[in-house]
Amino acid sequence: MIETAPAPVITVSNLIKQFGRFAALRGVTAEFSGGKLYAILGDNGAGKTTLLRTLAGLNQPSSGDVTILGARKFHDICQHVGYMAHPSLLYDEMSGMENLEYFARLYGIASHTRCAEVIRAVILSVGLDPDLVRPVGQYSQGMRQRMSLARALLNDPKILLLDEPFSNVDLHSATGMVRLLAGIRDRGTTIFIVTHQASLLEGAADEFVWMEFGKIVGRTHDLRRPEPAGENAQ
Amino acid sequence: MKRAFPILGILTALLLSYALYQGLVVAPTEKTMGDVQRIFYYHVPSAWTAFILFFINFGASVVYLIKRNPAADIVALVCAEVGVVFCTVVLITGPIWARPVWGIWWTWDMRLTSTLVLWLIYVSYLFLRRFSSGGQTPTLAAALAVLGALCVPFVYFSIWFFRTQHPQPVMGGGGSIDPRMLHALLINWLAFSCFAYLVCWSRYRLEKLQRDVDEAHAMESLLDPQRSVR
Amino acid sequence: MSPPTGIMRVTLLKDLRLEWRSKDAINSMLFFSLLVVVVFSFSFDPSAEESRQIAGGLVWVAFLFAAVVALNQTWAREIRNQVLDAYRVSPAPANSLFIAKTLGNFIFVSVLEALMTPLFIVFYRLRALGPAWQLMLVAVLGTWALVVNGTFFAAMSLRTRSREIMLPLLLFPISIPALLAMVQATTSILNGEGARFWLVLLATYDLVFTTVCLLLFETVLNAE
Repeated sequence: MIETAPAPVITVSNLIKQFGRFAALRGVTAEFSGGKLYAILGDNGAGKTTLLRTLAGLNQPSSGDVTILGARKFHDICQHVGYMAHPSLLYDEMSGMENLEYFARLYGIASHTRCAEVIRAVILSVGLDPDLVRPVGQYSQGMRQRMSLARALLNDPKILLLDEPFSNVDLHSATGMVRLLAGIRDRGTTIFIVTHQASLLEGAADEFVWMEFGKIVGRTHDLRRPEPAGENAQ
Repeated sequence: MKRAFPILGILTALLLSYALYQGLVVAPTEKTMGDVQRIFYYHVPSAWTAFILFFINFGASVVYLIKRNPAADIVALVCAEVGVVFCTVVLITGPIWARPVWGIWWTWDMRLTSTLVLWLIYVSYLFLRRFSSGGQTPTLAAALAVLGALCVPFVYFSIWFFRTQHPQPVMGGGGSIDPRMLHALLINWLAFSCFAYLVCWSRYRLEKLQRDVDEAHAMESLLDPQRSVR
Repeated sequence: MSPPTGIMRVTLLKDLRLEWRSKDAINSMLFFSLLVVVVFSFSFDPSAEESRQIAGGLVWVAFLFAAVVALNQTWAREIRNQVLDAYRVSPAPANSLFIAKTLGNFIFVSVLEALMTPLFIVFYRLRALGPAWQLMLVAVLGTWALVVNGTFFAAMSLRTRSREIMLPLLLFPISIPALLAMVQATTSILNGEGARFWLVLLATYDLVFTTVCLLLFETVLNAE
C-alpha cells in the first residue's frame, strides 16, 4: 500500500492575533488532517477561543495565514463549517424547530419539505424531540447545548468548531454528546473542541493540542501534558 | 522634516501677526457695524479652515476604508479634532458678533447654522472614537466620517431653502466687498491654514508616537507573554 | 444557496415573529408612544391656529424618540446569546441582514406612528389644508430616513461602551437635514402650501444614505 499523506484540512501559518497590547495568539503554526477529533486544551488566556474564532472567520488575524479546505478566505468555504460556542447562538423566544428552520434557510436549504426532513434528522441525532414547541429559552442547559450543536450540524459541515460545548452540562448529557461527536468524526467530519474538561474526551479524541500563552506547546495522543519547552517556563 | 517644523512655526507666527495687523488696523472700518465687524476676519476664515479639515477627514477615511492604512486613520482623527476646534471658534465668534449688532445671541444664519450641524456631526465622530474599543475604532469611525461628509451637502441645501422661506439676519458677506477687506480676509485665512497645519502636524506626531509606544508594548507581549497580562 | 432576497424575507419574518412573541416589548413601546404624545400635549398647549405651525415639529420629534427606543431594542435580540455570530459564520450576505432589519424597524416604527398620529390629530385638532396624500409620502420617506440610518448606527453601537446612548448620539446630528425636511414638509402641507422641495430633498437623502449604508454595512458588521 502506498502511503500518501492526505492534504491537511486546515493549515495555520504563524498566526498572530493582538487585541491592543495583549497578544492572544503569538505565532501559531500547525497542520490538521481531516476526519479527526482534536481537543484544544490549555489554561484561561492561552488563546484557545481566539484560535477557534479565527478559524471560524469571526476574527481577522493581525498577521499570518489560515487556509481551510484550500481556501484563504473563510467566506469561500463557510458553507462547510459549523460553529458552536458557549452562548447558545439561538433565539430564546422560538422553539428548536423554528430556530433551525431559520438557520437552515441561511445555509441555503431552501425547499420546504427538504428543510423539514433535514431538521428533524438533525434534532433526532442530538437526542432531542423535534416536536417540542417550548421556546429554547425554557430548555435546560444540557438541552440548549444539544440544540446549539444541532444548529451547527445543519449544513452537514466538513469542519466542526466547538467552543466549550460541555460547560454547565451534566455528566450524562456530556458523555452522550461526546459519543455523538465521535460518531460524526467517524463519518469523516473534522472536529475541533476547545474545552476545560479534557477527561471527557479521553478515548474519543484523536489528538490533544496543548496551548499556552498563545502558542501550541505540544500535541499528544493522550492526556499527559507535554514537557514545557526550555525557556517558555516561568 | 524635523527642522522644517520650527521654521514653519516662525513663519506662521509672523503670518498670524501680519494678519492680525491687517484685520484690526489696516482694513477699513465697516460703515454700519463699526469695529465689531472685524470679528468677520476670524469668523469666516475659521469656518473655511474647518470645512477644509473636514474634507481632508473625509478623504483620509475613504483611503482608510480602501487600504486600511494606519496613517490615514491618524490623519482622519487629527483633522476631525482640529476641525472641531475651528468650528467652536466660529460658534463662539458668531454670537459675539451678533449680540452688539442685532441684539440677539444667535441667528439661524446659513453659515452659523451649518457650522453648528457640522460641529455636532464631528463631535459625535469624536465620541464614537472614544467609546468604541480598540480594534474596531478606525473602521467604525471611517464609516461614520463618510456618512457625515455625505450629509454636508444636505445640510447646506436644507438650511439654504429654510432660510429663503424664513429669512434671518445675515452675518457678513452680502454684496460686494472692499478689496482691502478681501485682502485682510484672505491673509487671515492663509494664516489660519498655516496654523491649522502646524497644529495638525504636532497632533499627528503625538498620536503616531502614542501608537508606536502601544505597538512596542504589543511587540513585547508578543515575545514575552507573561509580561503582557494586566 | 438561497438568493439574498429569500434570506432577507426569512430574516424579516423571523424578526416580526419574535417581535410578536415578546408582547411585553411591543406593549411597553406602544404605551411609551402614548405617553410621549400626552406629555407633549401638556408641554405645548396650543390654540387651533398655532397648533398647525408647530404640529409638524412636535409630531416628528415624538416619532424620533419612539424610533430610538425601538431601534435600540431590535438589535439587542441579536446580541443576547451572541446569535449574530451564527449569522456571520453562515454564507448569508450581510446586506440581506441589513435590509431585513431596516424593513423590520420601518414596520415597527410605522406602527408606532400609526398609533400616535390619531392622538396628535385629536389633541391638536389638526386638519390638513394641503394635499393629504403628500403627508403619507412625507411619513414614508421621513420614517425611512430615520430608520435606515438608525439601523446602521445601532449596529455600529453594538460593541461600543454605553451602547444605548451611542445610538441617538450618532443618529441625531446626521438626521438633522432630514428632520428639517420632514418638519418643514409636514408644516407646509398642514398649512396648505406645497412641499415639493422638501420631498425631493428627503427622497434624495433616502437614496444616498440607503446606498452608502448598504455599501458600508458589511465592513461595519465585521469590524473587530
